[in-house]
Amino acid sequence: MLTLEDVVIRYGSATAVDGVSISVEKGEMVALVGPNGAGKSSIVNAISGVTPVASGTIIVDGASAQVPEGRQMFADMSVDDNLRLGAWRVKDRNPAAIYELLPDLARMKDQKAGTLSGGQQQMVAVGRALMAGPDLLLVDELSLGLAPLVVADLANYLIELNASRGTTILLIEQEVDLAFRMCARAYVLEAGRIVASGASATLAADPQLSAAYLGGIEAAADRKRTK
Amino acid sequence: MNALLIYVVSGITIGATYALIGSGFVVVHRVTHVVNFTQGTLAVFGGLISYSLLSFSIPHGLAEVLAVLLTGLIGLVFAFVTIGKRGTPPLTALLITLGLSILSEGIFVTIWGQAPIAPEGLGGATVLLGASIENQRLLTAGISAIAFILLGIFFGRTYLGKGMTAAASNPRAAALVGIDSRRMGFIAFAIAGMLGGLAGVVTAPFSPISFSSDLPLALGGFAAAVFGGLSSPWLTVVGGLVLGISGQLVAGYFGGSYQTVAALVMLLVVMIARHKSLSAEEAK
Repeated sequence: MLTLEDVVIRYGSATAVDGVSISVEKGEMVALVGPNGAGKSSIVNAISGVTPVASGTIIVDGASAQVPEGRQMFADMSVDDNLRLGAWRVKDRNPAAIYELLPDLARMKDQKAGTLSGGQQQMVAVGRALMAGPDLLLVDELSLGLAPLVVADLANYLIELNASRGTTILLIEQEVDLAFRMCARAYVLEAGRIVASGASATLAADPQLSAAYLGGIEAAADRKRTK
Repeated sequence: MNALLIYVVSGITIGATYALIGSGFVVVHRVTHVVNFTQGTLAVFGGLISYSLLSFSIPHGLAEVLAVLLTGLIGLVFAFVTIGKRGTPPLTALLITLGLSILSEGIFVTIWGQAPIAPEGLGGATVLLGASIENQRLLTAGISAIAFILLGIFFGRTYLGKGMTAAASNPRAAALVGIDSRRMGFIAFAIAGMLGGLAGVVTAPFSPISFSSDLPLALGGFAAAVFGGLSSPWLTVVGGLVLGISGQLVAGYFGGSYQTVAALVMLLVVMIARHKSLSAEEAK
């Protein structure tokens, strides 16, 4: 479904992503984790086509859509308009199916997106991405700035979406424990390079890897408990 | 009382012209962040093209509509020159529009000469509350009102209009859903061309235009657009009407030579008053 081969992304003379190779099979839910500034968002924006790659290849077998970092609402427009604009590239612009999937959105369809809470906006962002009928859903920082309970709801929804519809999901996430709970397989990105990959359970169980690149799964869990 | 009414109605028609031109500034600025100083030029194109089409015996109505459409096309050509190259900074684009405006003056003189031209408009006058008002002025007010309503419907109700608003509101999110901001910019320039062209077409019959009319028209439109923070079409309409009516009152009671001074003073006051909001807009 998604193949990145030796992808390099540069901003001027700075190299943000340096020779990254990733593959995601159809129907998989894979995490790309790493600290802030590792190059995760550059990769996801390159997959979406909004950031050019300096070299390497990106192959997406089907349509992709992105739930962007920070939600990126059309703030002065209604939820309904936000959803419909998500279907810019496709013919079916009726959000009825999305309202059926996410009934909360139907209740707030006439509200301006800018007036919603962070969690509600994230739900709109997910719905807007789904309006494009994607085979591959790119979710950039699902948990950013959201309360744990809200994140848990959104995570459950994405897991359900993956299981019931077979939508392939690439989850880009700083919250390592969340990413490992959601995805069976993961890549670890550090300073623009993949430093580890494999089954999430294996990665989480590796104390050296956890301490060196992930800030410690236990530490992450502790941080979450103290929030 | 009659004089006051005439000044106010004249002011409304001139204000509607400023509002049309100002709306062109706003439409382009919202989508591209470019201050398009060809707006006055496009109005001159509209008036002069309608004059030529009428002189070729093309009937009224059709000639004016064709003039507006052709001016929209000229706006599109200006867009390709101004923002055709991806990543052109807004300040560079502004300078390009100034260059296009100067170039167009040469075209005006070459094709239409230097003398002011007034295409034939709607003749006659209507008596309102004892004051005789030219029908062309009433037509200007009516057509402008229809244009603003259509503009509101376009941006508020149509998918393309909402896409343009989205591109203006959040270019990054727009790019992610597949909206091409540059293409939206081209459409914005074409719409601005038609708005400017319409202003020239309806105004020229009672206010003859020449190659040098672009600057005063652009200034009036820009002042109206600044009143709307270069982002609100409705406040631009209000700004245009305030500018038009106050200008006519000043001209009527203090002399025509003070009209431009009044417009410039108002522009200055509005720019100072709105400085904070414009700065905030720039910071976004």
